[in-house]
Amino acid sequence: MPVVLYVRAFLGLLLLLVATLMAARLPLGVGFNSLIALAIAAAKALIVVFYFMHVRFSSRLVQIWAAAGFVWLLIMFGITLADYIVRSWAPIAGWQ
Amino acid sequence: MSAEIAHAPALHHEHLSHQFEDIEQQRESYVVGMWAFLVTEIMFFGAVFLAYTVYRVLHHAAFYEAHKQLDIGLGTINTFVLLASSFTMALAVRCAQVRSRRGQVVFLGATLSLAGGFLVIKAVEYSHKFAHHLFPGQAFHYPDAAIADQARLFYSLYFGATGLHAIHVIAGMLVIGAMLVRALFDRDAKQDYMPVEMTGLYWHFVDIVWIFLFPLLYLIPK
Repeated sequence: MPVVLYVRAFLGLLLLLVATLMAARLPLGVGFNSLIALAIAAAKALIVVFYFMHVRFSSRLVQIWAAAGFVWLLIMFGITLADYIVRSWAPIAGWQ
Repeated sequence: MSAEIAHAPALHHEHLSHQFEDIEQQRESYVVGMWAFLVTEIMFFGAVFLAYTVYRVLHHAAFYEAHKQLDIGLGTINTFVLLASSFTMALAVRCAQVRSRRGQVVFLGATLSLAGGFLVIKAVEYSHKFAHHLFPGQAFHYPDAAIADQARLFYSLYFGATGLHAIHVIAGMLVIGAMLVRALFDRDAKQDYMPVEMTGLYWHFVDIVWIFLFPLLYLIPK
């Protein structure tokens, strides 16, 4: 992989770091601010995975392995949060 | 007979182990094996992130108040330091691929120094937290009694997550140090570059964990 790609990836990461600091100051409301912060973090992670970890230029098998961990993480978060978030919708005695 | 096979042009490679068909298959096996390990690491940190997320959803206002004692300046500097260390690590891997011994020594050394810098800044932050009784131990004391329990939870998660991350940084430094020694002794730059590549994959993973920890802990919106 040519050096210029690594330099571009690093500059992209620094830009996103500045972006996340600036976005944190915008008064957009808790949900939206959190969402933007996580989206920027995910973009940074993708740059690291695709370029620094060479996944963009790796074989299909490696790409599937790289995706697997994050996909299962999303399943774990999705199902757990679906539980915790809807608990308050219909309070039941004895439940938090 | 065996000498003939060993010198068959398409099959022979100086770093090829006998159980692999060719060097490409061997390299892919290395990378897949490393990613399999990283998947277990993703799930390991994933549980920590999930615990944090659940409690932040439940106690958002208190977490917002408690996070104000964290130093965003130091957190930002540390994010920059770790991103820079990932960049120098990527360059070290490239130097290993093109067999530049000097480049490897320079960039592995730079990565090691940046990782050390990260730990020093982290130690400064930790010592501030201890001084302000924010470590969730016997001496924990939070000024606002109404949210002291939630603040304690926040700081338990803060120390737990960043502490686990710091242990990973230390482990990474040991391996990077080993690669640095290996490069120093590799006078003819003849060694396989894959161990450096594997070290890089691990180090970039440690960087990714921090990429998520930073906004979650330091940049909680009101």
